[in-house]
Amino acid sequence: MQRKLLRGSLALPALLIGSWAQAGWQLNMPRGVTDISHQVYDLHMLTLWVCVVIGVLVFGVMFYSMYKHRKSKGAVSADFHESTKVELAWTLIPAAVIFGIGVKATYVLADMYNVDDAEMTVEVVGYQWRWRYRYLSDDPDTEVTFFSNMATDWDEINNLVDKNPNYLLDVDEPMVLPTGTKVRFILTSADVIHSWWVPALAVKKDAVPGIANEAWTIINEPGTYRGQCTELCGKDHGFMPVVVEAVTPEEFDAWLAVKQDEARQMAELTGRDWSMAELMERGQSVYNTSCASCHQVDGSGNAPTFPALRGSDYVRGDIDDVIDIILNGKRGSMMPAFRDQLSEVDTAAVTTYIRNAWGNNVGDMVTPVDILDIKAGQ
Amino acid sequence: MTTATHDHDHDHDHHGPAKGITRWLYTTNHKDIGTMYLWFSFAMFLLGGTFAMVIRAELFQPGLQLVSPEFFNQMTTMHGLVMVFGAVMPAFVGLANWMIPMMIGAPDMALPRMNNLSFWILPFAFALLVSTLFMEGGGPNFGWTFYAPLSTTYAPPSTTYFIFAVHIMGASSIMGAINIVATILNMRAPGMTMMKMPLFVWTWLITSYLLIAVMPVLAGVVTMMLFDIHFATSFFDAAGGGSPILFQHLFWFFGHPEVYIMILPAFGIVSAIIPAFARKPLFGYSSMVYATASIAFLSFIVWGHHMFTVGIPFLGQAFFMWSTMLIAVPTGVKVFNWVTTMFRGSMTFETPMLFALAFVVLFTIGGFSGLMLAVAPVDFQYHDTYFVVAHFHYVLVPGAVFSIMAAVYYWLPKWSGRMYNETMGKVHFWLSFVGVNILFFPQHFLGLAGMPRRIPDYALQFTNFNMISSVGGFLFGLSQLLFLYIVVHTVVAGKKAPAKPWDGAEGLEWTVDSPAPYHTFSTPPKIN
Amino acid sequence: MSSSTTHEHYYVPAQSRLPLWMAFSMFLTVFGMGGMMVDMTTGRESSSTWIFIAGFALLSFVMYTWFAQAIRENHAGLNSEQLKRSYVWGMGWFIFSEVFFFLAFFGALFYVRVFVGPWLGGEGAKGVSNYLWEGFEFTWPMMSNPDNSIFQAPQAVIGAFGLPLINTIILIASSITLTVAHHALKAEHRKQLNIWLAVTIALAVIFLFLQAMEYVHAYQDLGLTLSSGIYGSTFFLLTGFHGVHVTIGTLMLVIMLIRSLKGHFKPNDHFGFEAAAWYWHFVDVVWVIVFVVVYWF
Ligand code: HEA
Ligand code: HEA
Ligand code: HEC
Ligand code: CUA
Ligand SMILES: [Cu+2]
Repeated sequence: MQRKLLRGSLALPALLIGSWAQAGWQLNMPRGVTDISHQVYDLHMLTLWVCVVIGVLVFGVMFYSMYKHRKSKGAVSADFHESTKVELAWTLIPAAVIFGIGVKATYVLADMYNVDDAEMTVEVVGYQWRWRYRYLSDDPDTEVTFFSNMATDWDEINNLVDKNPNYLLDVDEPMVLPTGTKVRFILTSADVIHSWWVPALAVKKDAVPGIANEAWTIINEPGTYRGQCTELCGKDHGFMPVVVEAVTPEEFDAWLAVKQDEARQMAELTGRDWSMAELMERGQSVYNTSCASCHQVDGSGNAPTFPALRGSDYVRGDIDDVIDIILNGKRGSMMPAFRDQLSEVDTAAVTTYIRNAWGNNVGDMVTPVDILDIKAGQ
Repeated sequence: MTTATHDHDHDHDHHGPAKGITRWLYTTNHKDIGTMYLWFSFAMFLLGGTFAMVIRAELFQPGLQLVSPEFFNQMTTMHGLVMVFGAVMPAFVGLANWMIPMMIGAPDMALPRMNNLSFWILPFAFALLVSTLFMEGGGPNFGWTFYAPLSTTYAPPSTTYFIFAVHIMGASSIMGAINIVATILNMRAPGMTMMKMPLFVWTWLITSYLLIAVMPVLAGVVTMMLFDIHFATSFFDAAGGGSPILFQHLFWFFGHPEVYIMILPAFGIVSAIIPAFARKPLFGYSSMVYATASIAFLSFIVWGHHMFTVGIPFLGQAFFMWSTMLIAVPTGVKVFNWVTTMFRGSMTFETPMLFALAFVVLFTIGGFSGLMLAVAPVDFQYHDTYFVVAHFHYVLVPGAVFSIMAAVYYWLPKWSGRMYNETMGKVHFWLSFVGVNILFFPQHFLGLAGMPRRIPDYALQFTNFNMISSVGGFLFGLSQLLFLYIVVHTVVAGKKAPAKPWDGAEGLEWTVDSPAPYHTFSTPPKIN
Repeated sequence: MSSSTTHEHYYVPAQSRLPLWMAFSMFLTVFGMGGMMVDMTTGRESSSTWIFIAGFALLSFVMYTWFAQAIRENHAGLNSEQLKRSYVWGMGWFIFSEVFFFLAFFGALFYVRVFVGPWLGGEGAKGVSNYLWEGFEFTWPMMSNPDNSIFQAPQAVIGAFGLPLINTIILIASSITLTVAHHALKAEHRKQLNIWLAVTIALAVIFLFLQAMEYVHAYQDLGLTLSSGIYGSTFFLLTGFHGVHVTIGTLMLVIMLIRSLKGHFKPNDHFGFEAAAWYWHFVDVVWVIVFVVVYWF
């Protein structure tokens, strides 16, 4: 920690200069790229201007009095203290103003709630601390599911290397959506409440465990739109970006086809023969994206909450126990269930990895097919 | 003193304070208790402020520098809890203790022993709360709104202590509020009719009702948490037919009135100070009373505006939007009344007035952003960003906290019998005023540009305004040490103050000596 | 409420050690209780139980002393009419706050029954949620939970028109007997006061006993427990907190009986009794609502 502090303070001057040069002065809400986001922006500006006008009037009168009616200028106080007429006026006028804003807002709101006629549906599931996207389809075999993890390197976060321009806002696999298509989202969560937000789409909806929420969007322009989880969801709430890549419908179809293909390949991969070295290699990358946030890259954990895996008797003990805790987590602790989060291949890989990395050297391995059997058995 | 039978305790009643520490430990005197509340609240302000400084220091630049994300979350949570329940609420109760009996011509609070109990619970409750930071697994890290299931299934073990701390603190608030209601309804001097009461008394009366109504709901909701954690109930777990959203409904049924609990007494204070320094009676006294009551009433039916994004059905959403926007109307009435009170007055700008004026402007700005938040479809963009943080700090810091500072400057001569140093007061004001705006105004921009709240680290485009905000924060924080100095200096070495140091001030409290005698109005004053 | 009556001397008690001790004992009690719960859930061991016991004993002792002192002051004639009114307001608003405590639980029941349940079962504005709980159908009482592997649904629940109805009758009867006792007090019929008060207490004890039997039955025979889903959760917390209040109310009545036997209370000055009676009626009203919304509908 002290070293971090030192490095932080050394980096400070450089950072100051560097960051001031960047475009970091955005004052207002972006207008976004959907019709809804434009309406929202307009409502925002309307309300803002109403407030500014009222503010100017009210503070105007106040500053005028402060200037003119001050004792040092010889002002003598009047003693009026009531007037039903003005009081009525300043009750009714604001009420009317509010009524105007309210009506307009109610229309926009109704529009936001209308999820009918969606052309496709994506399920968004929040996990501590990643998103899972599932492109629903009537045919389960063509469903595409993947996780979207933050791609920013922890070294950047810990100020060990320079930060890239999309610092904290980059993911390994973005959600890809077609433009001009009404996309419905179903949002839910696997653990705590998260909130899925993309400012450019003006979509923000909480992902609540056990309850499903709906939202929708039609993106007008292709592009990459970035957002973040906006509901406090624990330790890494700040490291849970959302990235949506809007592409033309044709590109989207192509992408989807590739993804479906990958899913098929994954199934094949599970059945394939795996060598220890392959599993170790894959395991390392799985470990670093899925486990390292708690157990640390070097397996040293973070006492007392997060146990070390390096040298752990548990990890080096009965392999079934290890697989079990990875698949099912531990209720009542922070250890999540990875059953739905990791493929059989990845589960096998990470199990093999933690049992053999950092000098754990148990020497055995587990194959994806074994995992498939264990899952089927439970 | 009407009958002879009472005479035996006459002199017992009029002796001064006891000597030594027991004066404070065992006291039943509303002034002593008020003083203890105020000091306690100031200590909590420093503590909560220190937590805020940790937050601002970590957010000074992108990347993790000082604290880990776990600890950052604990800081955010504790900062919110300590400021809300430890600093602002007890400060207002302290002011109520000091001023209400004097303002209505009562000898003391209605139930003096319970009064002391209400106070003494607080140090214990907060000791328990803060001690969770040192427990295994760390302290509460789920925000001051402690949404389930982050605060139940996924919470650290110390949460149980947090829950019990909330329980006893709630008991303290309820007893305090009951005491205030009983005092106001039962202890007014002859002739002090309801519509003659100073607005501070009125606002506190209404605040007390809010407290009595919502603190038990808070107790209820934390009790459900306790059972979900330890006894496998499923209030907040859909697997058993409950819902995490249930938590939020209950919490905000408490939480929204709670934020008005933190502002209504401030309205009362400002309504006392502005007429005093404008030398002109308060404009629209009765509409002030009705407006306060309307705000209190509305506050019970708007809670859903904190939950616009959780997926409330359309009709609910629309209802909460409309009812919330409606609150701007009675609040507007108050603001207009204050401004009209100044209009054609004869104003001077001593420190209390400066704080009160800043209150009017900055609270209104905070109210405006509140109105913007109330527009449900747009709240989808604002919710849980720094725009919200900016909103509530504007109503809470230059709102509630400034009003408390105004009150301290205004009544300190009465409490201590000594005058604060006007120059230092003004320096404190200007530093605070400038600091607070540098601190919180840029947070509007951050929120609009998309920075979520409760994050220990942020994307690069947010760097500039965060740095500015942090600098403002340090400035504002350091200025409060000056406040501490001014108050201590006044109490120890201030110039003697007359009974009525403000020529435009009105009210019974100015009819007694400065410092106010240990017992005032043992014989009620006559009010015409 | 009016203060325009001629002034009386308001009794401001001298310094008192009680509040500080009470605050301290409250702290010990909750600290101990919290520790006990953490121990229970995490398997930790600590001396929390002893802290709790010490705290609770101290709390009881302080409260006893406090009330005794308040009674002594009243007997000494220190309390003016005005102070007595303060006690009245105090008790009144305390009960008001209790109403809101129960409101939280009734509100929870209302919300899950009217909104969450149907949503999870696939109906209403958020019926999509049902896809997360395939096969779940909502009924009330909830005889099947969305996830029965975590929350074991009950086999049966307790019908309204057995024990609960009897309990309702008992409690309403107790309110009546208490009122009779009150009238007796006002008419200075000490013996009748004692008898009717004793009858009220007897009814209260029977109520509590039946309630306990019902719990045992629910746990042992019906599988209706705290952890049997939201039905069990709301059922036990509503009836349970009601039961706690009955227990407190019974204690208050017992104290009133003891005081009455000691010759306390005058026809025009017996607020202690009245406060206990108000509390009792409040508890009674809560029960009627519990009966209707928890057992009946
Ligand atoms: C003292 C505390 C206080 C006060 C007084 C207010 C006052 C108001 N608040 Fe605020 N609020 C908080 C404390 C407070 N708030 C806190 C702590 C939170 C965050 C909690 C959390 O999540 O942690 C919050 C959050 C919050 C939200 C949720 C945002 C979100 O999370 O997405 C909303 C949404 O509607 C809101 C609205 C309002 C409104 C409409 C008012 C109104 O009362 C304001 C009315 C005042 C005016 C409007 C100005 C004066 C009026 C005029 C001059 C008249 C004419 C004006 C017009 C017609 C525009 N507040
Ligand atoms: C009345 C309530 C109140 C008050 C007075 C304040 C005062 C301050 N608050 Fe805040 N705040 C809340 C209520 C309040 N706050 C709430 C409810 C939340 C939400 C919590 C949540 O999300 O759950 C919040 C959240 C919150 C955040 C967002 C955190 C996050 O989302 O992660 C930030 C960030 O800047 C912040 C900053 C500050 C600062 C800098 C002050 C300053 O005004 C404080 C100034 C005071 C001092 C600094 C103390 C005095 C000085 C010293 C002790 C000397 C030492 C000083 C130095 C070293 C400079 N507060
Ligand atoms: C959110 C934090 C978190 C993440 C992410 C996480 N774990 Fe854990 N893990 C824990 C905690 C907490 C425990 C301790 C559970 C207990 O015993 O109470 C734990 C325990 C374990 C254990 C048992 C170790 C022991 O000595 O008891 C293993 C093995 C393990 N985790 C493996 C993994 C693997 C593999 C991954 C990634 C695929 C992973 N964990 C991801 C938090 C996490
Ligand atoms: Cu997920 Cu915050
Ligand atoms: Cu609110």
